[in-house]
Amino acid sequence: MSYWERNRLSHGYLLRKSIRKWSISIFRAVLLFGLCFLIVQPLLNKLSVSFMEERDLYDSTIISVPRHFTTGNYTKVAELIQYKTALFNTFWVSLLSSVLQIISCTMIGYGFARYKFPLKNVLFACVMLTIIVPPQTIMSSLYLHFQFFDFVDFFGIYKLITGKGITQVSLIGNGAAYFMLAATGMALRSGLYIFMLRQYFRGVPKELEEAAYVDGCGKIRTFVQIMLPDARPMLTSVFLFSLVWQWTDNFYGSLFFRKITLLTDNLQSIPEKLMDVRTNTPATTAYGQMMTATGMLMTIAPLLILYVFAQKGFVESLSQTGIKM
Amino acid sequence: MADNTLMPEASQPVSAPTTKRRKSSMAKRNAIAGLLWTAPFTIGFFAFMFVPLFESAFMSFSNVTIDIENHSYVKELIGLKNYDYIWNSDPYYKRQLVESLGNMGLQIIAVLIFSYFVAFLLNQEFKGRALVRAVFFLPVILSSGILVRLDTDNSLLNGIRELIQESNNAASSITGVLEDVLASGNGRISDLMQTIFDLVNSVYDIAIASGIQIIIFLSGLQTIPVSMYEASKMEGCTGWESFWKITFPMTSSLIIVNVVYSIIDFCTRSDNAVMSQVRSTMVQKMDYGQTSAMAWMYFAIIGVIVALVTFIISKWVYYYE
Repeated sequence: MSYWERNRLSHGYLLRKSIRKWSISIFRAVLLFGLCFLIVQPLLNKLSVSFMEERDLYDSTIISVPRHFTTGNYTKVAELIQYKTALFNTFWVSLLSSVLQIISCTMIGYGFARYKFPLKNVLFACVMLTIIVPPQTIMSSLYLHFQFFDFVDFFGIYKLITGKGITQVSLIGNGAAYFMLAATGMALRSGLYIFMLRQYFRGVPKELEEAAYVDGCGKIRTFVQIMLPDARPMLTSVFLFSLVWQWTDNFYGSLFFRKITLLTDNLQSIPEKLMDVRTNTPATTAYGQMMTATGMLMTIAPLLILYVFAQKGFVESLSQTGIKM
Repeated sequence: MADNTLMPEASQPVSAPTTKRRKSSMAKRNAIAGLLWTAPFTIGFFAFMFVPLFESAFMSFSNVTIDIENHSYVKELIGLKNYDYIWNSDPYYKRQLVESLGNMGLQIIAVLIFSYFVAFLLNQEFKGRALVRAVFFLPVILSSGILVRLDTDNSLLNGIRELIQESNNAASSITGVLEDVLASGNGRISDLMQTIFDLVNSVYDIAIASGIQIIIFLSGLQTIPVSMYEASKMEGCTGWESFWKITFPMTSSLIIVNVVYSIIDFCTRSDNAVMSQVRSTMVQKMDYGQTSAMAWMYFAIIGVIVALVTFIISKWVYYYE
């Protein structure tokens, strides 16, 4: 049966339906293409600049297509920011801290969503406080706290009373302090992840867990085997956020990772490093900014590759959702 | 929304005294479990955050003088004087506070609607979805950490952007003429039109600002079981109805997250007027007491706004509780 025959039999319904379907998808395609272009265009500018030679910058006939194509900028920037070491360090630091963050935040969020306990609201207000107060506010005292960290006097009570610590160790420099913050839900934007996961777990039907408990499943096993698989899209986005924010953060980086070279360490100082040693003349502003743009692209690129792999967590979970109502 | 009255309690009371005792011990065990689940936060907060936060708040009630010789500072408690000064005598603080909070409302509503709409689109099936999602993830990267600062400093790329915009002027002039026609005059309608045009003109800013919200909504949409839509379709539900009866309630708990996040992000980003005033006071006047008072008053106001907004929206949010 041809399309038109089927259309006639359905009294024009089929045609109307397919017109509607097509117009929606055309509208969607135009809209998404426009928005994507809006987002990508600044990056494309950077990309085209990063392949130019310096003299192309001063040629007013060149806007976006380089006349003297070169990949020399990339090799030069890679040398300036110690790309290989920095990339490797940033990778493991971000990965470790996001894994710690995701474990701690999921546990805390679940606890807030599912159990009633005394002072719960006060404790949750503390979570909100850690989101609202930006880390810059408490930077100096946080630094001092970890500069003279005390494993025996963990909460600093003894020090508060007597004014001196028992066994003081400096945790600044190698990142140990930051990983402790990540493991206790105190790191960069952890409060937001706790809040997100709490809201998500509150929206999951309780009957699922009740059924598991009735069948003799313990609390931890219920959490791992029943709750976590359904939460995969949420966990994916939390993981991506923490990875990205950690990757591009240079606040905690400069505070706690002094001894470790990270990607963000040298990104700001590229223009200064371009100074010609022999003649002692600084690089021109345009040249420095061209190199900064190249460095930014080199920082972003690994994240995009990671995203392409990680976004499977969004897609696959759709078919696997296990809530049977 | 509604309490889940359809589902009976797991165990109906058989005889009053035994169930009462059992229930209380159950509640006790749940309380202990809850405390254990949230223990990492409790430990972390009191071990790492409490003292720094307290010190910073304490500073706002004191007069801080810097002792250069000993590389330290002396704090002297002066009560509410700092707060009194910034509220009653500082010429800029109150004005900037009001201005920045006024801008916030419109921006947040625009960001929320935009991000919900885009997340809804990205959740549909179409060709090249993975690529489009990757592009919409870019704002999350570009608006984070060090990259924002590097981007705003870069006059070379800003110059290129302006050049490209100039060469596109012919295309944008249609909207320009439209704007002139619709938004001229002084009436209420033309004011509204002007606001809408301003929003449309700042669509890039909104798109960049709503990267995180899009991903949060998207992951929320993904956690809705497909079986729900299938069931509703079988019952003859239209797309419009299933959006309002399924999609919207199921994502409502994340709307709160996004509203709260947008408020806090807007208020505490480094280019916010109040935040930059706090920073410049710290650098120029070197008065740490006053600076902390400014910051803490601002945080308190944000906290009150967040609490109010959460309270209001919570009434419409659907939880299985």
